[in-house]
Amino acid sequence: MKSIQNNLTPPIYSSRLYYFMFAGFMGLLILLLSTLHVITPGALWLVISLGLISAGVIRFSWELYSTRPEGIKNNGVWFEAISSRKYAAWILAIVLTSFYCLLYWWPEYLGFSEKGNHGLIALFDPLSYLLKNQAASQWFVYGVLYTLAILLFGIKFIWKYRHNRYQLVRTVSVVFFQLAFAFLLPEFMLRMNLPYNDFKNMWPLNYYFFDGWHLQELMNHGRIGWFMLLFGVMMIILISPVLTYFYGKRWYCSWVCGCGGLAETAGDSFRHLSDKSLRAWKIERFLIYTVLLFAIIMTAGILYTYKTGQSSLLGLSTASMRSVYGFVIGSMFSGVIGVGFYPLMGTRVWCRFGCPMAAILGIQQRLFSRFRITTNGGQCISCGNCSTYCEMGIDVRAYAQRGQNIVRASCVGCGICAAVCPRGVLKLENGSVDLHERTNLIRNERIG
Amino acid sequence: MPHIAIIGNGIAGITAARFIRKLSASLPEHQISVISSESEFFFSRTALMYVYMGHMRWKDIQPYETGFWEKNRINLIYNTVQEIDFKEKRLKFNQDPPLSYDKLILATGSKSNTFDLPGRHLAGVTGLYSKQDLERIESLSPKIKKAVITGGGLIGIELAEMFHSRNIPVTMLVRETDYWSSVLPPEEAKMISGHIREHHIDLKLETQLKSITDDGQGSVAGIITDRNEEIACEFVGLTIGVRPNIDFLRSGPLECDKGILVNEYLETNIPDVYAIGDCAQIRTPNSGRKNIEAVWYTGRIMGETVAHTLCRRKTMYNPGIWYNSAKFFDIEYQVYGLVPAQIKSPLNSFYWEDPNGKKSVRLIYDDESRIIKGFNLMGIRFRHEVCERWIQLETKLDEVIANIRLAFFDPEFFKDIAPELIQQYNREQGKNIALRSTNSLNAVLQFFKQSKSNT
Ligand SMILES: Cc1cc2nc3c(=O)[nH]c(=O)nc-3n(C[C@H](O)[C@H](O)[C@H](O)COP(=O)(O)OP(=O)(O)OC[C@H]3O[C@@H](n4cnc5c(N)ncnc54)[C@H](O)[C@@H]3O)c2cc1C
Ligand code: SF4
Ligand code: SF4
Repeated sequence: MKSIQNNLTPPIYSSRLYYFMFAGFMGLLILLLSTLHVITPGALWLVISLGLISAGVIRFSWELYSTRPEGIKNNGVWFEAISSRKYAAWILAIVLTSFYCLLYWWPEYLGFSEKGNHGLIALFDPLSYLLKNQAASQWFVYGVLYTLAILLFGIKFIWKYRHNRYQLVRTVSVVFFQLAFAFLLPEFMLRMNLPYNDFKNMWPLNYYFFDGWHLQELMNHGRIGWFMLLFGVMMIILISPVLTYFYGKRWYCSWVCGCGGLAETAGDSFRHLSDKSLRAWKIERFLIYTVLLFAIIMTAGILYTYKTGQSSLLGLSTASMRSVYGFVIGSMFSGVIGVGFYPLMGTRVWCRFGCPMAAILGIQQRLFSRFRITTNGGQCISCGNCSTYCEMGIDVRAYAQRGQNIVRASCVGCGICAAVCPRGVLKLENGSVDLHERTNLIRNERIG
Repeated sequence: MPHIAIIGNGIAGITAARFIRKLSASLPEHQISVISSESEFFFSRTALMYVYMGHMRWKDIQPYETGFWEKNRINLIYNTVQEIDFKEKRLKFNQDPPLSYDKLILATGSKSNTFDLPGRHLAGVTGLYSKQDLERIESLSPKIKKAVITGGGLIGIELAEMFHSRNIPVTMLVRETDYWSSVLPPEEAKMISGHIREHHIDLKLETQLKSITDDGQGSVAGIITDRNEEIACEFVGLTIGVRPNIDFLRSGPLECDKGILVNEYLETNIPDVYAIGDCAQIRTPNSGRKNIEAVWYTGRIMGETVAHTLCRRKTMYNPGIWYNSAKFFDIEYQVYGLVPAQIKSPLNSFYWEDPNGKKSVRLIYDDESRIIKGFNLMGIRFRHEVCERWIQLETKLDEVIANIRLAFFDPEFFKDIAPELIQQYNREQGKNIALRSTNSLNAVLQFFKQSKSNT
């Protein structure tokens, strides 16, 4: 359909939208100027910058959605340059990837210095002192921006889906866990001279959990440290399997996790860019279990070294395995590609193809969870909205049009497929009976 | 190696092809050809609007990947059948050599009605049915400052929503007293009329299109209504219903009325020729059903039925209990069973509407026996299988109301409307019924099991 693609008239919005967008960009410009040392860092600039960004995003969302009746707001998604892989998407992808590269490998260009920050990092010093009485690091700056993104775009998301209580509750949850558990609590703990700990971030997503230095640090803190260690282990072997049994992996991936949090909120405009092809599904299964295997071997290696003092396992240096994992998986895959490629490959590239945590929860979900997406008899009209807006690239329609329930390892239970379905075909449900019978059963056949 | 030719790659034709491939797995290899002049690959007609609105790209509304057809050895022919030689069993094309078949399935779908409206041939006047219609609308769009849509049906409102998404002002002419009030009961029709206006659509009720005026260059300049109101516009959408697309078949030996006449086995008057989907007209439909039902679901069921007849045993077409669904801007609509626009004795109905005016539940029942007959839902999702089972089992209304939560299919955390519903029911009907079921999946599956053993 060439002519359709050539003749695009994007929806016209009120011109006020552009003012708010402009305000947000001004806030970002201040961050850029301070990175380039054009402005001298100071608390005032920080407040102005974050204030402009916040006001811009919030007012923008308000303007965009408050003027229209409640409902699905996907008009023009495949027309707008930012959400259809056109120039704006490429610019954003380049900016994001560059930022991640600097963050991981060249933080000094952002102004990080042991001897005293300058540039962008120094801009955040006042906030860092306020929270934990230390100078900022690149990770602090990242944490603030990351949390702010989830918060602001979480508000936008809530406004957009205000007719859907599942989306409201889920988004409040994911924002809360980022703000309280991932950001504030660890910073306060540092302030109280306790080890940095994000309680909800468990191994293997948190791949340094079993690092020698980390274990040592925890144990050095006596009871509280031991508690954190025990809690971390319990999360892996007890809490998370039980929750996954009851609710599916969604309890983590789209309700709690920080990576998921960013994808669901700031990434909402890009969810449709995920690849739905069978080929992508094959790559997904190969890659994600490879990463999981790698994570397990790497962790076994460092634990072995920690326990025995031997520096190599089966002839492989455990330290170099660990650093390769950190570089390739931890930084490049989950950060640079995972977030940097949002505007090009969709928001869940990391969650779908790389996250070892998602792999484990996915196996649990596929094998023994009560969670499934049920389909509503014969109501599906094969329109494709569900598949298009599934951030995990699941071809939901393929199941829905046959009347099959959907149990897929990768489904994060975001509920967007059910929200966008114009015929009320999909429902996320938990139930203990007939799981496999109903997933195999093709209920949309009339003649037995 | 029997060759089955199917004319039409819509839901009916494609379902037939898929099922023939599936059911003939253990038989001698069947050759399957599907011919279409509209598009190379099967697409979801119901999703045309979403392409225009930018929700999806063209390829997103194609339910199968392009490799699917080769893998399943379904031969796709992108061409127009000009004529059928039923005697020689051959399909004739314009240029290409004819194609012989052993069995023929006609699934040629519908086309838009235009009636005899003066000005219907002007540029800027179109219906919305085919891919080509959508392309035409797309290419006209940059010049449209105002669109007039005539006809208060399902396609008309979709067209209105499409233009609305591009900020093109729309006037909608509807003959009835409210939107689609020929099908919807009055309260629901009123609700949707209000909702249409909420979206700034200029809805003119009890108004019809009289003629379309020429701008002197063969394009639309405006329209005149039957109230002699003139409206300047660059586009006129004719959505006054569809009719079977069978003009090229009319002169031959095939028996047709409005559609191709078929018996309960979907057989036409010519041996080895079947008709399914929108183009088929059932000679003696089941009671309460129309002889032509131009909807997605019936096309799919017919496709499956004819495949069984061809590959297994002769199978009667049984559409089961009527159901349908649609979406009017932001309000979803579902219907199960019998829901007439005017509910008269021996039927009666219980109607509940949410204070926000965007949700409603209507239960239709037989006044004397109090057996449930139908469900009409606005802005609320109900479970198809539960509603169907209740109707099949001739469940009493009281029983349905007490267990109404079993039918709820809205996402988790949605407002539980059951207490309000039952309170109103008890008040209006002087009853004292208590809610019994939850809407947990386990409870629903339990209900299925129990009701199965009851039948
Ligand atoms: C905009 C729109 C929205 C709709 N929404 C809904 C909905 O929400 N729910 C619902 O239930 N129904 C809906 N419908 C109706 C539904 O789409 C149709 O009932 C269904 O698509 C009919 O399928 P079919 O296979 O019978 O025919 P079609 O889909 O019309 O397929 C017939 C095909 O045969 C081809 N053909 C015909 N003659 C020839 C020939 N001589 N040579 C070659 N090819 C030929 C045609 O070009 C066409 O491609 C909608 C229809 C439209 C137009
Ligand atoms: S299948 Fe649905 S709930 Fe699961 S990830 Fe995809 S869109 Fe979300
Ligand atoms: S489940 Fe809903 S969204 Fe998905 S194809 Fe079917 S009707 Fe469309």
